[in-house]
Amino acid sequence: MDVNKNSYTFGFAAIMVIIVAALLSTAAIELKPFQDRNVELEKKQNILSSVGVAIDRDGAEEIYGTYIKSELVLNNKGEEVEGSAFDVDLGKEVKKEADAQLLPLFISEVDGKKRYIIPLRGKGLWGPIWGFISLEDDLNSVFGAVFDHKSETPGLGAEINRASFQDPFKGKTIFEGEEFTSIKVIKGGAQQGDMHAVDGISGGTITSDGVSDMLEERLGMYLPYFNTLKPAIEVDSLFNPLDSIVSVNDSIIN
Amino acid sequence: MSKSNLLSKRTKQLLSDPLNDNNPITVQVLGICSALAITVQLKPAIVMALSVMVVLSVANVIISLMRKVIPSRIRIIVQLVVVATLVIIVDQVLRAFVYDVSKELSVFVGLIITNCIIMGRLEAFGMANDPWDSFLDGLGNSFGYAWILIAVAFFRELLGSGTLFGYPVLESLGVYKLGYENNGMMILPPMALITVGVIIWIQRVKNIKLVESK
Repeated sequence: MDVNKNSYTFGFAAIMVIIVAALLSTAAIELKPFQDRNVELEKKQNILSSVGVAIDRDGAEEIYGTYIKSELVLNNKGEEVEGSAFDVDLGKEVKKEADAQLLPLFISEVDGKKRYIIPLRGKGLWGPIWGFISLEDDLNSVFGAVFDHKSETPGLGAEINRASFQDPFKGKTIFEGEEFTSIKVIKGGAQQGDMHAVDGISGGTITSDGVSDMLEERLGMYLPYFNTLKPAIEVDSLFNPLDSIVSVNDSIIN
Repeated sequence: MSKSNLLSKRTKQLLSDPLNDNNPITVQVLGICSALAITVQLKPAIVMALSVMVVLSVANVIISLMRKVIPSRIRIIVQLVVVATLVIIVDQVLRAFVYDVSKELSVFVGLIITNCIIMGRLEAFGMANDPWDSFLDGLGNSFGYAWILIAVAFFRELLGSGTLFGYPVLESLGVYKLGYENNGMMILPPMALITVGVIIWIQRVKNIKLVESK
């Protein structure tokens, strides 16, 4: 048979395309449940690891319920809305207008301490980056942060999923007084003692900047909700300082 | 296939030529893009080398089996489709069953498809030789690719980050106390090119027949 005839060439191409399409779609459909399961477990694992619970992926399912006490869906006015926080796809939400976005929030209780876990989603150099940041119940200090990425350069931007990049976030604060500062990732290294900055990654500047932008944008969306919680917290924590102010005043008067 | 055939001179040549005399990177200068992109650390370099090994050997065998029925005018497209299909299927399977490895592979999947070594071998060898020889040729070339990749990654990770496989080698050897500092240049792509250049230089000093006559 002449393999260089036009009709043969067309026929060959057509059959090849059909076979390949069948192979690929079968593989995609058959393997989808397994892949989704991995993604779901990994999300649970990441949420847990942002509040300092280290667990392998298979164990995440079991203990997730023990530590994560409630899941809320908020709008950008700080009001609770209907829905399942775990199923909110942040990748789709960030593309919407700010006032149409659904904001998931997870509240954990580990060793009797309440912590707020905020999912993050932003842009790296080559593709999306995401993560979870957990705040202490003062809604200011960071307890922990985890980041991951789809396709950042190995050894450079991809380092954001390493402990060496994530650990410095611990103990940083997102407010300076009343003002929201977020946490910046600084090229060339953050100044010592700066409570709102961590070291960037050499050679991974665009990814580092992506992390800064992501933190500022995502945390910023939750400010209205924080404000609804703040009065309750401030009354607690201001109680003692007020006493001392009163005594100072007394001494001035005297 | 008889046993003598397995160890024939030609078989040995198929496996050993690409390691030195006909190395895909240093002599044919193929696959440079991936050699620059993923040699910052040893681990991804090894993962990449293994993936290329699997894809190249299998694709070479498939193309060799089909070589008599492929219309010559669309042969490059056919090769590309075979490589892309293989890579995607492997990626999907990894993502379902060995999730961690698939995360490690992330960007390489695309890089494997575009690796010129694969297309080069399919076109130059798979299209003209029987499946067993093609398999060996695939293995040989991926070993040739692998050792360069690993050598470059070894120096870049050691001098750039002071680690090997993430283990802080320089620190435990006390090199920093002698005044050495991690060289940030090593983790940037240009130094990969220079490292490959140095390897080519050393290779040609040792292997004089590679030097082009004027």
